[in-house]
Amino acid sequence: MKKQLTMRLLLGALALILTAGTAFAGKTINGAGATFPYPVYGQWAYQYNKETGVQLNYQSIGSGGGIKQIKAKTVDFGASDAPLEAAELDKEGLLQFPMIMGGVVPVVNLPGIETGKVRLSAATLAAIFLGEITKWNDPRIAADNKGVDLPTLDITVVHRADGSGTTWIFTNYLSKVSKTWSEKIGNNKAVQWPAGVGGKGNEGVAAYVERIKGSIGYVEYAYALQNKLTYALLQNQAGEFVAPTSESFQAAAASADWKNAAGFYMVLTDQPGKTSWPITGASFILVHKDQANAATIKEVLTFFDWSYKNGDKIAEKLDYVPMPKNVVDLVETAWKKEIRSAGQAVW
Amino acid sequence: MQRRTHLSLDPAFRWLTLTGGLLVLTLVAAIFATLLHGSLPALKQFGFGFLLSQDWNPVTEQYGALSSIYGTLASTFIAMLIAVPMSLVIALFLVELAPPQVSRIVGGAIELLAAIPSIIYGMWGLFVFAPFMADHIQPLLSRLSPGLPFFTGPPMGIGLLSAGIILALMILPFITSVTRDVFAMVPAVVKESAYGMGSTTWEVMRKVTLPYGIQGVVGACFLGLGRAIGETMAVTFVIGNRHEISASLFAAANSIASTLANEFTEADSDLYLAALVELGLVLFGVTVLLQIAAQWWLRRTAKRMGAGR
Repeated sequence: MKKQLTMRLLLGALALILTAGTAFAGKTINGAGATFPYPVYGQWAYQYNKETGVQLNYQSIGSGGGIKQIKAKTVDFGASDAPLEAAELDKEGLLQFPMIMGGVVPVVNLPGIETGKVRLSAATLAAIFLGEITKWNDPRIAADNKGVDLPTLDITVVHRADGSGTTWIFTNYLSKVSKTWSEKIGNNKAVQWPAGVGGKGNEGVAAYVERIKGSIGYVEYAYALQNKLTYALLQNQAGEFVAPTSESFQAAAASADWKNAAGFYMVLTDQPGKTSWPITGASFILVHKDQANAATIKEVLTFFDWSYKNGDKIAEKLDYVPMPKNVVDLVETAWKKEIRSAGQAVW
Repeated sequence: MQRRTHLSLDPAFRWLTLTGGLLVLTLVAAIFATLLHGSLPALKQFGFGFLLSQDWNPVTEQYGALSSIYGTLASTFIAMLIAVPMSLVIALFLVELAPPQVSRIVGGAIELLAAIPSIIYGMWGLFVFAPFMADHIQPLLSRLSPGLPFFTGPPMGIGLLSAGIILALMILPFITSVTRDVFAMVPAVVKESAYGMGSTTWEVMRKVTLPYGIQGVVGACFLGLGRAIGETMAVTFVIGNRHEISASLFAAANSIASTLANEFTEADSDLYLAALVELGLVLFGVTVLLQIAAQWWLRRTAKRMGAGR
């Protein structure tokens, strides 16, 4: 009797799986790229799948990988933290648009010093990463930290060992605020670091900073929160020391002039505004303008449209900053104008 | 009737084995050709200087392999320095001295160690071993050797020395289990004769067991070496990933394998990719050279020590 019941239950479950399989079959969106927005894309995809049955298959292989894959047309969309310049977009026939914003945060390991207590000016931060300041009690750090008991520890710089969009945003900022940095090191997804050790991925940097006394590194905000790392305050363009929060990222994003940015090429580092977090960045999506299959790209754009309109809550819960309404309108206008399949607009 | 089947099966079997053998050769040749082809842009751009330059700058696209080659060889050297004597001691203990019960249990444990995936060694190295190094071993080494450049710099726990020690732990079980089997194959009658002539245990080990199995021991060492030199994940976790040669063993370094693991996915320019492929080619070359050296040395020792057999 019991056996029969189990059998029937099993058969029922099997039938369910089979029908579910056929109902959803064939509707899969394929994307690849940046690791930084992966948590939020993953959550969006989960929710979207529950509501529509469409599945998103996103491979977080890194920004460079995402760009390579979309150029080779092996995926429906690519994702990158470092924007491509308009000239390169035109050459490859790609359309680029921003999807989500977030912040890069300097994190430190200083025994006895609480989070948000250490203040770093732009020049000091650059000098530390250049290897010019090697002790925490250096007078240049102390000048901004009256009343904080800085230890005599050696500074160990922790940077990314792998190429990364996070590094691109961070070195973009350092290049803007330090002439020495822009001349000697430059701005890229990987650079020749003058000092320190390299960790693999945001989690690698977080792990090293947690373990090495006197270290300073940089991670995506979400990683600093998850690992409960001690972050430092940064001095922004307006001369104010600010803490990394959703609000300060939003403030940095607010002054961006998306309307006049060709190919939505926008870098949000070192923005004006008293409350702006200086190392903010956007993460971008890349699709081909000329599409062979109208149905596929329609599916892709529908997902992003849904994410723009329904993804705010999820994004904010994960400490990302959703794109403001006016930018979304600009993006969707660009979809209408630029994406074609057999000469016809698809959006 | 049965004879005939055997006859007809024989050539087929010969062909099968020949194909298998050729397949291996073809694979090695194909890997070499692919690496060579992939690294052509970098070969053209940097030439021989690639091997001598310490630069690794994706912004200006200047690439050199020296720091990676140094890190690979140095970490492997440290690993061998620790693992080989320890393995010999353990193997001799298991074969000559330990009671059979103990020998079986310890032997099993060592084989278990060999089965642990390298990523586990890496994570254990980073989360458990590195802090221990930083708090205890590195300060001790610095204190014990004032003035020596090898043990200077801030004790971070990660770096070349830590990578070498982790590697040693990883290759230890390989070398131990092979040497143990080699020592176990020494005929009891030979050893008993030695004991019969009044030799001590130490003399039997040194003069009988070790020379008898030396060829196998050297073979085991090169098995371990081969594993150490190409080890990727465990090294990436603890070596610190820095493209610079430092005299201090506490300093962060990198190896060819760790550089590849870190940078391959994000290498977006053609020259960057070619430089990474050329690093692979260098590793291939280093491995081949080491194999040749190993074979040569093996033959020499066999001649020298095998004479007494």
